Amino acid sequence: MTRVVIVGAGPAGLAAADAALRAGAGVSLLDAAEQPGGQYHRMLPAAFRAELPDKIQHGRRAFDRRRRRVLDHPRCTWLPETSVWSLELRDGEPPLVHALRGVADGADRESVTLVPDALVLATGAHDRVLPFPGWTLPGVFTAGAAQALAKGERLAVGENVVVSGTGPFLLPVAASLSQVDARVLAVFEANQPRTVLRGWTRDAGELVPHLKKAGELAGYAAGQLRQRVPYRMGRAVVEARGDGRVEEVVVARLRADWSIIPGTGRTLAADAVCVGHGFTAQLELPVAAGCDLAGDAVLVDAGQRTSRPGVFAAGEITGIAGAPSAVDSGTVAGWLAAGGDPARITGALRRRDRGRAFGRRLARAHPIGGGWTGWLRPDTVICRCEAVDHACLNRALAAPVTAGARSVKLATRAGLGPCQGRICGPAVAELSAAAGAEVARPHHRPIAQPIRLGELANLRTEENP
Amino acid sequence: MSPRLVPGGTDRVRRRDRPIRLTVDGEPVSGVDGQTIAGVLLAAGRTAWRTDPAGEPRGVFCGIGACFDCVVTVGAERDVRACRRRARDGDEVRTQARAEDR
Ligand SMILES: Cc1cc2nc3c(=O)[nH]c(=O)nc-3n(C[C@H](O)[C@@H](O)[C@H](O)COP(=O)(O)OP(=O)(O)OC[C@H]3O[C@@H](n4cnc5c(N)ncnc54)[C@H](O)[C@@H]3O)c2cc1C
Ligand code: FES
Repeated sequence: MTRVVIVGAGPAGLAAADAALRAGAGVSLLDAAEQPGGQYHRMLPAAFRAELPDKIQHGRRAFDRRRRRVLDHPRCTWLPETSVWSLELRDGEPPLVHALRGVADGADRESVTLVPDALVLATGAHDRVLPFPGWTLPGVFTAGAAQALAKGERLAVGENVVVSGTGPFLLPVAASLSQVDARVLAVFEANQPRTVLRGWTRDAGELVPHLKKAGELAGYAAGQLRQRVPYRMGRAVVEARGDGRVEEVVVARLRADWSIIPGTGRTLAADAVCVGHGFTAQLELPVAAGCDLAGDAVLVDAGQRTSRPGVFAAGEITGIAGAPSAVDSGTVAGWLAAGGDPARITGALRRRDRGRAFGRRLARAHPIGGGWTGWLRPDTVICRCEAVDHACLNRALAAPVTAGARSVKLATRAGLGPCQGRICGPAVAELSAAAGAEVARPHHRPIAQPIRLGELANLRTEENP
Repeated sequence: MSPRLVPGGTDRVRRRDRPIRLTVDGEPVSGVDGQTIAGVLLAAGRTAWRTDPAGEPRGVFCGIGACFDCVVTVGAERDVRACRRRARDGDEVRTQARAEDR
């Protein structure tokens, strides 16, 4: 029996598991979280003993059915709270998967190694946030953090909240904030209406099949209007201020390239601001597996195969396109990883293609304007971990000795802190490129998830639990 | 004005909360079973519990384990991401200052 190992149990990984089981494979499904669902189907903790958990989830039925089908399947091993920290390459075969099982960052987790016949990577994405003055103040959250705390813990990050950034994701974030009784003062979309409209409607023929997704977005928008949350385009939070925490934000009008129109800054009192400029795919495992990348995503063929033998990829790591698309690419990856016949999943293949087209339109409709660098001041922190500011980075980029990507890192420590450049990486790359300096190879992290030295020293490994 | 948990009694998902108690730097803090440590701290009105290398306050940023802004010490375990670790009754949480590692 083919053993398919799947890393990540979000919409993509869970769909992959479902398909691989249908195709007759044995499946090991791993996730760092306690429950499946990933970012989209974030479940309330069991300990909340909620009687009506569905009250806050839509589209939950199909997910619940799939979750049960997969987790209860006799050929499926579900490994919750299991973080993959490294992949060990093998010739001509997918890599060995090394993981730690136990509470997050615990000191005595159990080490497990899985030996896959085929490996599906579905590790998802995290928010991308561009730096701006004051973005390190407590009270500035990523849009995803606000969403995760609201959906997963019933917690409002503030009472008077501003949502800012770009992309349709800002709307469900605002909706979730309202659901936990926060007052959303406004949602600011940095792009101009023209950019957004053109991006969504170019090649309009493709649009028709995605009416469902569009309808969902319209539903959110209508919900917003009902709740009288203003949705303002061509504007952004360009500064957060406060004494030790956010007390007010500066909102400015932007040109199409996101440069600030002088004199348009207005202050708004708020105790929290939630910011998201799209998503960054979590590519450390694909990179560790030696998979080729295509821009900011894993390069995959029509069957979700990566450039490495036996390694498949699905979901946001193959292109940011939202949860429904993640399900379709997951189905394709899982089915083919298990050796299923492609002729039997023509429907999923077609939906997956449409999902890819949707992702391309999403990227066109909500681009990041290069003018954001003008929001920075010399003392604006760029690398949050090491508190490296813009002036320090610019000095290193301007000096001929340090302008190489590695030397900039070593000279400034930008990207060398605990997050290993996950947060500042894209911004540092863009600032380096703008300064004409060499750009670092992103996502190369020898250790994908933190492991303690003690754990490394006494790895007693259990194989294929 | 601070973060807050939807009160269990009025929550439309009908939670049946079980209270837990932890200490943060020795001070008692109450929470709800199932919350992350970050959730407990935020709901208790703390928005920052760490200082960065420049001595500035930090709390939660990404909420999903990517940024490491929220790390705390839990019992004898250093550098635990508070946004990912579920709080357990009796946890002894200590806050951290990045500067002290140097
Ligand atoms: C914080 C956040 C909240 C979001 N909320 C929404 C929302 O409410 N609505 C919406 O439409 N979209 C949301 N998104 C967008 C999201 O990307 C969805 O489109 C969707 O969840 C993507 O599915 P996926 O399966 O590709 O990845 P994910 O859902 O991100 O799933 C990836 C899974 O992989 C696991 N994982 C990653 N690395 C490892 C590792 N090394 N070892 C073990 N497990 C690992 C993670 O724990 C996670 O469960 C959110 C994104 C973020 C970052
Ligand atoms: S808030 Fe980013 S790791 Fe916890």
